[in-house]
Amino acid sequence: MPGAIYAEGLVKTFGNVRALDGVDLEVPEGTVLGLLGPNGAGKTTTVRCLTTLLRPDSGKAVVAGLDVLKQPDAVRRSIGLSGQFAAVDEYLTGRENLQMVGQLYQMKAKAAKARADELLEQFNLADAADRTAKTYSGGMRRRLDLAAALVVSPPVMFMDEPTTGLDPRNRQQLWEVIKQLVSGGTTLLLTTQYLEEADHLAHDIAVVDHGKVIAQGTSDQLKARTGGERVEVVVHEREHIQSASALLDKYSLRGAGQGDTTVEDHMRKITTPVSGGAKLLAEIIRDLDTNGIEIDDIGLRRPTLDDVFLSLTGHVAEAKDDEDTKETAK
Amino acid sequence: MSAVTDTVRVTAPGNPVGRSIRDSLVVARRNLIRMARIPEMLIFGLFQPIMFVVLFTYVFGGSIQVGSSSSTQAYREFLMAGIFAQTVTFATAGAGAGIADDMHKGLIDRFRSLPMSRGAVLTGRTMADLVQTALTLVVLAVVAVLVGWRTHENFGKVLVGFGLLLLLGYAFSWIGALIGLSVRTPEAATSGGLIWLFPLTFISNAFVDANQMPSFLRHIAEWNPFSATVQACREMFGNLPPGFQTPDAWPMQHPVWASLIWSVLIIAFFRTLAVRKYRSAA
Repeated sequence: MPGAIYAEGLVKTFGNVRALDGVDLEVPEGTVLGLLGPNGAGKTTTVRCLTTLLRPDSGKAVVAGLDVLKQPDAVRRSIGLSGQFAAVDEYLTGRENLQMVGQLYQMKAKAAKARADELLEQFNLADAADRTAKTYSGGMRRRLDLAAALVVSPPVMFMDEPTTGLDPRNRQQLWEVIKQLVSGGTTLLLTTQYLEEADHLAHDIAVVDHGKVIAQGTSDQLKARTGGERVEVVVHEREHIQSASALLDKYSLRGAGQGDTTVEDHMRKITTPVSGGAKLLAEIIRDLDTNGIEIDDIGLRRPTLDDVFLSLTGHVAEAKDDEDTKETAK
Repeated sequence: MSAVTDTVRVTAPGNPVGRSIRDSLVVARRNLIRMARIPEMLIFGLFQPIMFVVLFTYVFGGSIQVGSSSSTQAYREFLMAGIFAQTVTFATAGAGAGIADDMHKGLIDRFRSLPMSRGAVLTGRTMADLVQTALTLVVLAVVAVLVGWRTHENFGKVLVGFGLLLLLGYAFSWIGALIGLSVRTPEAATSGGLIWLFPLTFISNAFVDANQMPSFLRHIAEWNPFSATVQACREMFGNLPPGFQTPDAWPMQHPVWASLIWSVLIIAFFRTLAVRKYRSAA
């Protein structure tokens, strides 16, 4: 039984452009997959293929247990779509918009109206319910758009760059809404250019570039690929470098393919790969303290998704490869 | 927020025809609400035909000969069917611009992601345009009466004439729907929906007696789908000028049938293409 969203070898070409070059995806039920990639990577095309808007040239897609190519109408009954290319009618009021969508999901007029009222309340739009959407702020429009995608509480949701163009406060608000939504068990595929957003909302992240998924995993797994977390200790006394280094060795992952311990004498700084996060950090601090090693600074350095992203897709990766080669040559 | 995840069951589609009609009405209602909230569209749409009524009546009225008559009154009555027919064809631009705008704003994507009938977005749009066309015709008919237009047949025939005009307008809004789905911007849809209407409506019997055209143009005019409706309306309104020679071409001899057939063919052809285009709209 494949996940709530499953895609295998999706290919789509527009003229000479191979927008999708064999996309494989699997999103287990009740989880959130963040599709991360730069503009033109194929994120939107992937969503359009999975939501029946676009027919892939080849490949297989299953959503909510239904074959997207063979049962498009049944798929449409099980999905909600929101974001960059879903929209609301700006000359209709918030209520009229939601009611219309409800009716087009084949709800009876009365049920659609009741559902619209419910959603307006939930999305903090009750006061603006009878104003045309034209008068809404950007954040309100996005909320209305999201509400429209939720009219039938579909088991599978797609959001294409849901927060693009929103200010930080509105983005935060929308994140809260999305989090509450997925805590109820909805499966969500979300595309974003914001690494922070994927990190914040998604269980799993698939990095897309040039129409292909080039890496997939949890945020932590992806970060580990760029070298995992490191602990950095700056000791107060130069003579403590040795003992601190020996102590850190107990926690270090060096030799496990995660990089090595480095010591910068002139800065009295020791860096070593670890895993275990803040809890481990507290442990190390206690240990150093017990052994009478005074420190000036200590910190956990985790690679950001930006690091991951650049190392996977950008020229940075090539530059880094060069450096690696040089280091090996030494 | 918890209710967000309450399950609202989506009923499986019943009878597909019933669903199609129901969905079309939902979309038509949406477009009519829009129309009521943007009344300038309707009002500006009226300027041009009213201007034509006034200009043609008073500027050309005395100098254009129709049939064997060159009286101003004969031309006035002859003219109105032409202007009515031209006006209803302008529904093309409205439908085209509306649908291009929906594409542009992403609404077509929203509709296409919903479990609704595939033709309903376009049918709903053309239905709303039909209402707009009817309103326009009412206003225009009042203006025409004010400048001296009269009918000389019974009320039933006059209604048949207006019915044919509405059908022609409806048919042309399907051409507009196809144009709207095929262009990138609403502006392009507006101009793309209007430009070809000028030669189409002028190389016809709408404003002049086609008998007086050079024979090459006369043939085009006589077989022009648009001419059939104009000729049919003139017959239904009793507006054929004295001494008018009905051309021998079949559509001119049987204009009511010709008008019906042309409109139905246009609907069948362009609706098929437009719905196909909608299904695969990128």
